[in-house]
Amino acid sequence: MVTNVTSFGRSGLYDWAVQRVSAVILGVYFVGMLAYLVQHPDLSYTQWHALFSTTWVRIVSLLALISLCAHAWVGLWTISTDYLTTYLMGSKATVLRLLFQAGSVALMFIYLVWGIQILWGV
Amino acid sequence: MLVSIYRYNPEVDEKPRMQDYEIELPGGKDLMVLDVLELLKRQDPSIAYRRSCREGVCGSDGMNMNGTNGLACITPVSAAAKNGKLVLRPLPGMPVIRDLVVDMSVFYKQFEKIQPYLINNSPAPAIERLQSPAEREKLDGLYECILCACCSTNCPSFWWNPDKFIGPAGLLQAYRFLADSRDTATEERLANLEDPFSVFRCRGIMNCVAVCPKGLNPTRAIGHIRSMLLQRAS
Repeated sequence: MVTNVTSFGRSGLYDWAVQRVSAVILGVYFVGMLAYLVQHPDLSYTQWHALFSTTWVRIVSLLALISLCAHAWVGLWTISTDYLTTYLMGSKATVLRLLFQAGSVALMFIYLVWGIQILWGV
Repeated sequence: MLVSIYRYNPEVDEKPRMQDYEIELPGGKDLMVLDVLELLKRQDPSIAYRRSCREGVCGSDGMNMNGTNGLACITPVSAAAKNGKLVLRPLPGMPVIRDLVVDMSVFYKQFEKIQPYLINNSPAPAIERLQSPAEREKLDGLYECILCACCSTNCPSFWWNPDKFIGPAGLLQAYRFLADSRDTATEERLANLEDPFSVFRCRGIMNCVAVCPKGLNPTRAIGHIRSMLLQRAS
């Protein structure tokens, strides 16, 4: 069993499930949003504002935002452990990988807080 | 016919090169790629490759023929060559020992990890551990693997993490024992596979299925392992 890892829960199953569930949530959310936009071809700011003023739209949007962060983390972590490895580029890979992962986490955290601010700020 | 072969002898060569050979193939029959190699070896005895049974059973002559992994002994030249040219390279992603011979250590290490043998600590019955025909049927499509490594060396996940990802060949065998009604170590086997690399590095691109010379489906076996892990955890 491989144990020297830094994924979410140190479990591949958990990461895998998170990625699948978040993908479904994102899929449903964006299809729903697209449907709304198609139904309102002459969408005005007032209508758009009204939509995002309802609590359930905010909750669903927050769920989609969290799903996006979780989905992106699993994906980026996977990419970093595929291409930034000691096996491929020697000892400097560990530093590069950790920097890349820390940067990804920081960026996702910023987007999440910023997203919440936007959702509850309208 | 023009045959281009990957040549590398670490004792002499600084780096690998492709060497071209022109060969007259006997007319009226479609030779196998291994036959062509045998003919070439008469021309140039320094070409190194592995071979044994010459009928797709031993799995020794796995190699990359015009970009596709397969067994040289059961791949007809007509199927492998493109535009009258046959390009032979070693299995991708593996350290080359010489020419078409690769070091399979990491591949066997992964195979070893999944404990490829029946584990059953209950006292053995006088004659044999019985299976119903239905239980035996579950092993079809799994036990036939000859460990030629065509699948694992065609898998990008195995190229990037050959030390951590078990690879399609090893996982097919892992499921072969998980599916065996006589094996009692299911829990232990699953616990050893739950990490983010061993099984879950598989992205399901099915490169393994595309090249398996025995027509097996490691991706499906990996899917079954995932379901078993999910059932165990939920």
